[in-house]
Amino acid sequence: MEMPVPSQSVLARKSHVVARLQSVLAKGAVIHDEMETRAYECDALTAYRCPPMAAVLPSTTDEVSAVLRICHEEGVPVVPRGSGTSLAGGALPTADCVILGVARMNDVIETNYPDRYIRVQTGRTNLSVTGAVEEDGFFYAPDPSSQLACAIAGNIAMNSGGAHCLKYGVTTNNLMGVTLVLMTGEVVEIGGAHLDAGSLDLLGLICGSEGQLGVVTEATLRILRKPEGARPVLIGFDDNEVAGACVSDIIKAGVLPVAIEFMDALCIKATEDFAHAGYPDCQALLIVEVEGSEAEIDDQLGRIKEIAMRHNPVEFRESKSATESAAIWLGRKSAFGAMGQINDYMCLDGTIPVSELPMVLRRIGELSKQFGLAVGNVFHAGDGNMHPLILFDANKPGDLELCEEMGAEILKLCVDAGGCLTGEHGVGIEKRDLMTYQYDPADLEAQLLVKDVFDPQWLLNAAKVFPLAVSLDRRATQLAAQ
Amino acid sequence: MIMTPKSEQDLSECVAGAKGPLAVLGGGTRGVCVAGDVLNTSGISGINLYEPGALTVVVKAGTAVAEIEAALAVERQRLAFEPMDYRGLLGVQGEPTIGGVVAGNISGPRRIQLGAARDFTLGVRFVDGQGTIVKNGGRVMKNVTGYDLVKLMSGSWGTLGVLSEVSLKVLPMPEAEATLKIHGLNMNDAVGAMAAALGSPYDVNGAAHLPNDNGGVTMIRVEGFEGSVTYRIAQLRGVLGKFGGEMTQAKHSVADWAAVRDVQNFHDTDGDVWRISVKPSDGPSVVAACDPLEAQFDWAGGLVWLRMTQGTDVRSKLAGIAGHATLVRGSGQPRFHPEHKGVATLSDGLRQRFDPRGILNAGLMTA
Repeated sequence: MEMPVPSQSVLARKSHVVARLQSVLAKGAVIHDEMETRAYECDALTAYRCPPMAAVLPSTTDEVSAVLRICHEEGVPVVPRGSGTSLAGGALPTADCVILGVARMNDVIETNYPDRYIRVQTGRTNLSVTGAVEEDGFFYAPDPSSQLACAIAGNIAMNSGGAHCLKYGVTTNNLMGVTLVLMTGEVVEIGGAHLDAGSLDLLGLICGSEGQLGVVTEATLRILRKPEGARPVLIGFDDNEVAGACVSDIIKAGVLPVAIEFMDALCIKATEDFAHAGYPDCQALLIVEVEGSEAEIDDQLGRIKEIAMRHNPVEFRESKSATESAAIWLGRKSAFGAMGQINDYMCLDGTIPVSELPMVLRRIGELSKQFGLAVGNVFHAGDGNMHPLILFDANKPGDLELCEEMGAEILKLCVDAGGCLTGEHGVGIEKRDLMTYQYDPADLEAQLLVKDVFDPQWLLNAAKVFPLAVSLDRRATQLAAQ
Repeated sequence: MIMTPKSEQDLSECVAGAKGPLAVLGGGTRGVCVAGDVLNTSGISGINLYEPGALTVVVKAGTAVAEIEAALAVERQRLAFEPMDYRGLLGVQGEPTIGGVVAGNISGPRRIQLGAARDFTLGVRFVDGQGTIVKNGGRVMKNVTGYDLVKLMSGSWGTLGVLSEVSLKVLPMPEAEATLKIHGLNMNDAVGAMAAALGSPYDVNGAAHLPNDNGGVTMIRVEGFEGSVTYRIAQLRGVLGKFGGEMTQAKHSVADWAAVRDVQNFHDTDGDVWRISVKPSDGPSVVAACDPLEAQFDWAGGLVWLRMTQGTDVRSKLAGIAGHATLVRGSGQPRFHPEHKGVATLSDGLRQRFDPRGILNAGLMTA
């Protein structure tokens, strides 16, 4: 993966820059020792690593502002970092950058139940936002799989989703306001506890901008009252396409489950060997979860059963207890770990129209044969967000490259099917070079113009999202200015 | 001059060839009034793709909202964000278009629970101020590929680009609906009751309060399968009993909610009309600060509609209450809430990049 050549001018001024950063931060909040900066050399896309020049861990918005002002004055690139769980390399450093980590900023600033929002510092983890309100019966809806570790800052940067966003929406639908620090150090307030923008919707633009427009230090998030109950069913099929058709019929029927998850034969077998969830031996498996009172759940599951039976499932397993519900989810939740037991894997994230599910699954099977790499499919079927897991051997020379090549083919297939490269993980560096496949030059130019407005010097996370060749002129201008 | 392009390509040529400001409009029903040659997009019309099983529809921006709703109704689906119809309030004619709905981020009572037009818009195609055709987003539910210009375009009222096509998420129509009405609550109790309803697990998707001489009527709506609606209404009666007032129940409340959505109480009246978005518990403070001729609460108190004596400067009265105020009917003051300095600089920068000549609905959002 190509990254920009580090600026020698910046590297030569390392001790000066570090001293300036130390002058505005608490003792120990500036990490510059070459052994210690290695802790920040990668995120969850571990195939790519590069220690930063330094890392800083501010505690307040004012400190973030001071750090950015210094880096702006010094022309030092900045890579913002939440918890470092990005699967797309969103927090991958460059050798000449300062990593700005928000991990120490994890306070709850305000909870308001009558108005149903919570305001937090963005280093707080996703799950601990719910943790702050769940005793009072509320929760924060977006639930990425990494929710135990991932920070709200990263959720906002990537517009993260999760299994339950079929009903509750993704981060952008649950984000009401932010405190944004621009690269110059200027602090702006956008949105708040009220709904919708009074003028241009800058909040919607910032969410999903991958840390390229500014650093979000505080966020107002919508919280919801927990449902009375929830219960899953497990439905097994002997054919992927039939399972896909069943998903479509459930959605059309007006039952709106909170989650519809899909696993194919390879994943079913892998998770069964790994987690012993008691899954049936079949080609495709759906987990469908509905919410409400006991009677409402019974009613919805009855409707789902009636639809499923029309597709001749090999298994229809209703949970009768909390233990059985947990067993049904156990396999799904261990799927990534189970696949990791078999081999290294690369997790893709393309989204397709639900109607194209059978065709895309068939084509992925063909590509698997063509490249000689096994692929397991486990994904959010209700909204077409696929997660093909390509298995490869990181120790075998050439296997990673082969896997990446095949991954690119699958993502192009998603675009060809009317979908997109990434549904919830973000572009980062991983899908950067495929952006020209989904977008024409004019489409990309419109996005580059936005970056020009927020960060004219292209100092913030500049090597991400756009192919390097596309952003070259803008980055070169910044370099020349030094 | 009036231009009525018939295709996206036509539209692109109209904008590229423009010699001066353009007044961009779809059906022209939302009270946008700027100087310049009229660029009417209603000729760019038609449903390109409708997949009920995927809950998505792709339509040309000039398509009439009524045409889309009729097509969806055949499959028992709908635009769940309930776009408001401004015609009665503004006393105008015309046919509202989907482009106008998305460009204005026009939503209705269900916004409080299900989201706004911007949340249901999956993709856009538009022509920027130079005539360049740009696409962003797509037609899938989850998409984080690049920046979200869909949100930026939604609510930009044609000032950054002229929409030519939009993709929308649609939802199934519910089997049943019902509304619990509480009569005689004052503003504060009404807002308390609405907060309690939305803070319950009973999936309330409408919460409005219409003041009248006897206090007012507070409306709480639920939708879904028949048995579930009956159950939840019964539970809500229990939750809301402590607020007092007489409770009645409407099993067919579609017209009631259309009246709330379109602010029917203000139709055929005098005075300016303001639309104010605050956090719900601030709703009563807004009314207290402004002393309006008439008021209405939607979104549990978070959306306050005020009818004011002509020319009243509502924004100065609301100093200290966070949120924004839009002048929907009236003149002599900026229609949109002036932005704070730092935010305004960013917005101006975006306008300069997307419309360097400053010709698209010039001054509409900045005057």
